[in-house]
Amino acid sequence: MTKSCPYHRVLVFGGASEIGQQVLAALHLPPDAEVLLAGRDEQRMAATAERLACRVRTLQYDAAAIGTHQVAIEKAFADGDVDLVISAAGILAGQDVLDGDPDRAGLLVQTNFTGQVTTLLAATARLRAQGHGTIVVLSSVAAIRPRRANFVYGATKAGLDAFARGLADSLHGSGVRLLLVRPGFVIGRMTRGLRPAPLATTPAAVGRAVAAGLARDATVVWVPPVLRVFAVALRLIPRPIWRRLRR
Amino acid sequence: MDANQVLTGWGRTRPSRAIVSGPMDTCALQELVASRPARGVLARGAGRSYGDAAQNLDGHVVMPVTQPTVELDVAAGTVRASASATFAEVLAKAVPDGLILPVLPGTGHLTIGGAVAADVHGKNQHADGSIAAWIDEIELIDGTGTLRTLTPDSDPEAFHATVGGMGLTGIILTVKIRMMTVRSAMMKVTSGRHADLDGLLAALDGTRERYSVAWVDMTASGRSLGRGIVDTGDHLAGPDPRREPDGLTYRPPHARWAPTMPFCPVTPVSARWFNSLWFSQATSYQIAVTDLPTFYHRLDAVDGWNRAIGPRGLIQYQFVVPDGAENVIAGALETVQRHRCAPFLGTLKRFGEASKGPLSFPMRGWSLAIDMPAGRPGLRHALAKLDYAVTAVGGRVYLAKDARLGRASFDVMYGPQTAWRAARARLDPEGVFQSDLGRRLGLCAE
Repeated sequence: MTKSCPYHRVLVFGGASEIGQQVLAALHLPPDAEVLLAGRDEQRMAATAERLACRVRTLQYDAAAIGTHQVAIEKAFADGDVDLVISAAGILAGQDVLDGDPDRAGLLVQTNFTGQVTTLLAATARLRAQGHGTIVVLSSVAAIRPRRANFVYGATKAGLDAFARGLADSLHGSGVRLLLVRPGFVIGRMTRGLRPAPLATTPAAVGRAVAAGLARDATVVWVPPVLRVFAVALRLIPRPIWRRLRR
Repeated sequence: MDANQVLTGWGRTRPSRAIVSGPMDTCALQELVASRPARGVLARGAGRSYGDAAQNLDGHVVMPVTQPTVELDVAAGTVRASASATFAEVLAKAVPDGLILPVLPGTGHLTIGGAVAADVHGKNQHADGSIAAWIDEIELIDGTGTLRTLTPDSDPEAFHATVGGMGLTGIILTVKIRMMTVRSAMMKVTSGRHADLDGLLAALDGTRERYSVAWVDMTASGRSLGRGIVDTGDHLAGPDPRREPDGLTYRPPHARWAPTMPFCPVTPVSARWFNSLWFSQATSYQIAVTDLPTFYHRLDAVDGWNRAIGPRGLIQYQFVVPDGAENVIAGALETVQRHRCAPFLGTLKRFGEASKGPLSFPMRGWSLAIDMPAGRPGLRHALAKLDYAVTAVGGRVYLAKDARLGRASFDVMYGPQTAWRAARARLDPEGVFQSDLGRRLGLCAE
């Protein structure tokens, strides 16, 4: 007997993202399941689709184009109930780049935060109506305390983290659950060229942690789990010392 | 007093928000049903079912249905109780007259209406059947708002669809139950310790006493797999003036409150420790005389014990398998141990004849109930395996305890349910009565 999987229709925002792809792999979806990949990069999404042993459809979705999100959600929910919504869209840019290009910082906020809010609120309305479903939101350990080296990114994740926690509480009793994932430094495409921080992890490890968190109905997952303790320490470091940290 | 309220079952695993109202008088209930609210109506008793049976997401939940009333007819040996009266209230009134309810589940806090909707059983199921066998009459508001009186003879299909029908055929108002006569309110209880599952099954099978139940050490493995303690008992044949000087009484002891735990204290290690201690402190053979609550309502010794399992709640998996499938019991013990589900309580019962209700749980064979914390990572896989093993031998799980069964497994366990669906279509043509469990299992429309 294979492992049971309660998800038959899965919707992934940021369908081309490495973490999204690894979460799908770790879920061991049955062949009759359907995955909807919503993202920008058709080629990467097609490559993800090839690696999955179930039906896959792709959908054009740009997290920064907030006017289009309602329509994308309508399309995704048109063919039936969605059991799992994974919000994995996100971008990262170096703080030095953003300092010189405020417009680009605005786009980053739009992608990582504003776009997530519009997408998730539209999806939540549909999930509430169907009375069941699970949302996975990818926050970050960067949400815990802004660092000099990437405070715009940290601010977007802090906003998303707060939004997700509030959304989770508002969903209590609605039959819909939310799993908040806080990975540390993830070695992958998004962080190429950066020196890995301590307790760095991989997209595959995040995928496995999300699948395990879903299986035990967790509300928050840290990857690696020891970050939960580490985050307390992060909050306690005195500001004069924190300020001096290069990264 | 309408109020939006988040409701859960006793297991506290699947919270769902509903418009809660009640108690109401009969006319107001009829009006509510006749108005056909969009997400339906459901009657809720004491909320002692473990899963989502007494929840109705975004719909109406009536709780309690009416004021509790208990009318005893000592000469006829019957009681007419309103659906919202609890077992403890009925017993407190009936026991002084030498009458007890013939079916008594592990808690006295559940309501008569809830008990009928779940067709509950007691420790005497093998001898006296479930509560269905003792009901003379049910007063029910059907899906059109009409008041009906159901008896086993006048409309057997509607009667048997309602007993065990999980509240999906109507709102039960009052129930008339035949009582059992006792000469004493004390019980003679024999406890015996058995070193393995074979010994436990043989002891349960061999007893001639009216009541029998076994506690199973869920964590013992290897040669001790399925070791446990069998309790058998019966009422004393005559009053015991020394122990009950003021005649027959029913006085539940004052229950302690369990602390609400912010984390789950039950782990594979603590469960094993607790079970081993429980087994080793028991004497190998003991005869005692106890009062009714001590023997019947063991779950009531600690109030609110479900909150002590932690914020994620608990799952009770209760299943029955027919004779000859005892290996499924042993397999279930091994499965929950292998997946580290931290089972902290196991209850094994011998079952006799099934009742006639299409959705009734009991059938001839063996029933095992396993209590586990809900947050363990291996739980989902373990229970999927148990579903598979139970369906393979023609067994089923108890809907009143269930919070997670899939529709496919349910269809195999309980069959297509054509008789029940036909009766429901007649009683509730518009599908007014709905619950989270009903929607999950396809018993009512989405």
